[in-house]
Amino acid sequence: MIAILDYGSGNLRSAQRAFALTGHETIVTSDPNICLASEGLVVPGVGAYGACMEQLIAAGGRAIIDARVAAQKPMIGICVGMQILFTNGTEKDGHDGLGIFAGEVNQINAPILPHIGWNNVHSEPSSILFQGLQDESFYFVHSFAAKSAVADASNSWCTYGEEFLSAVERGPVSAVQFHPEKSGAVGARLISNWAETL
Amino acid sequence: MTLSKRVIPCLDVAGGRVVKGVNFQNLVDAGDPVELAKIYGNAGADELTFLDISASTEERSTTLDMVSRTAEQVFIPLTVGGGIREVADVDRLLRAGADKVGVNTAAIARPALINEIADRFGDQVLVLSVDARRGSTASGFEVTTHGGRTGTGIDAFTWIEEATKRGVGEILLNSMDADGTRAGYDIDMIRKVREITSVPLIASGGAGALEDFSQALAAGADALLAASVFHFQTFTISQVKEDLARHGYPVRR
Repeated sequence: MIAILDYGSGNLRSAQRAFALTGHETIVTSDPNICLASEGLVVPGVGAYGACMEQLIAAGGRAIIDARVAAQKPMIGICVGMQILFTNGTEKDGHDGLGIFAGEVNQINAPILPHIGWNNVHSEPSSILFQGLQDESFYFVHSFAAKSAVADASNSWCTYGEEFLSAVERGPVSAVQFHPEKSGAVGARLISNWAETL
Repeated sequence: MTLSKRVIPCLDVAGGRVVKGVNFQNLVDAGDPVELAKIYGNAGADELTFLDISASTEERSTTLDMVSRTAEQVFIPLTVGGGIREVADVDRLLRAGADKVGVNTAAIARPALINEIADRFGDQVLVLSVDARRGSTASGFEVTTHGGRTGTGIDAFTWIEEATKRGVGEILLNSMDADGTRAGYDIDMIRKVREITSVPLIASGGAGALEDFSQALAAGADALLAASVFHFQTFTISQVKEDLARHGYPVRR
């Protein structure tokens, strides 16, 4: 069973439907026992960085994620659900993140923001998420991103105004800046690639 | 590695049915939004926009079911515009499976609605739909409501600047002069709006020929919305994208 963490952020049903499409059953929940016991945890996130972090903490999500990481159990963060894994974000007044990955999340340096639409992702051969999906387009909606490589990880990149991290995979923790659940067939393949590692 | 220019078919819906001018051959039920959304999704649409033109509250609640059924089967972004009056309307649409909402009339009547939606769900969820026509306001473009029938006396550019400050993720710039003419997008208006805003700009109204699309991009649009040329199969989404690629624009195929 895969749990989708419900902390009041993100289009949870879209994620759930996309997993269903690939034949993977999910449960949308904030129950810590289910989230800890599940084979995989999906952490979505939309809106502002600080608001997401506060909602996550209020719903007990920080403790769940920390416990899973400590136990080396797989999780995947999506969009702001990726950003909050970093040390901090500078959106609005700035806010601390979970600090699982070292690095800051900053505004993208591009003349037109948000970065909305389909853009190519360049992955490393070591990537599991992007097996069979080299240089495919995924759907992005965001203005902020992490820009430095995460050490000892498989880092994937996207360019919009400048290069930024579009995905990170390090041990049990995966994260994507784009929305696989809105990226048609290639998004479904990526979800499947992750779910099959569980 | 570049951001693709988006091609977005727009469907008018009421009471959970696609209405007004969809004429697909070999389609059992041209009024079924799920069928049409699937067809456009498979044909390479980068997003889909539903414009809810329901006349009553009952019809509008049926629209939620339509959004939900569509999102169940179509895995590209869905924008729903029309009839959004308060934050609760946005919440319902997003829960049903919409990714973005378009606001127009209600935001003009009460601009704080923009802040309320953006604060709760983020700027990226909000598409400011601007129905503009040539008029005697300062910029020469006036905002209209009720499908272009009602002038507001509000200058379109002043409104776009204000709304952008309040927090919108995109602007859907719909030319009421060009709408339905198939004589091409309002290139002059797109160029001028591009100069005053730094959020993505979706051109709408007037697409009739293949070259219209690349001209709107040349004027500064980031995405291209069209309805009847797709509904009547004047050309396919692929043909539009091929033509854009021929002009050197990045497209997703």
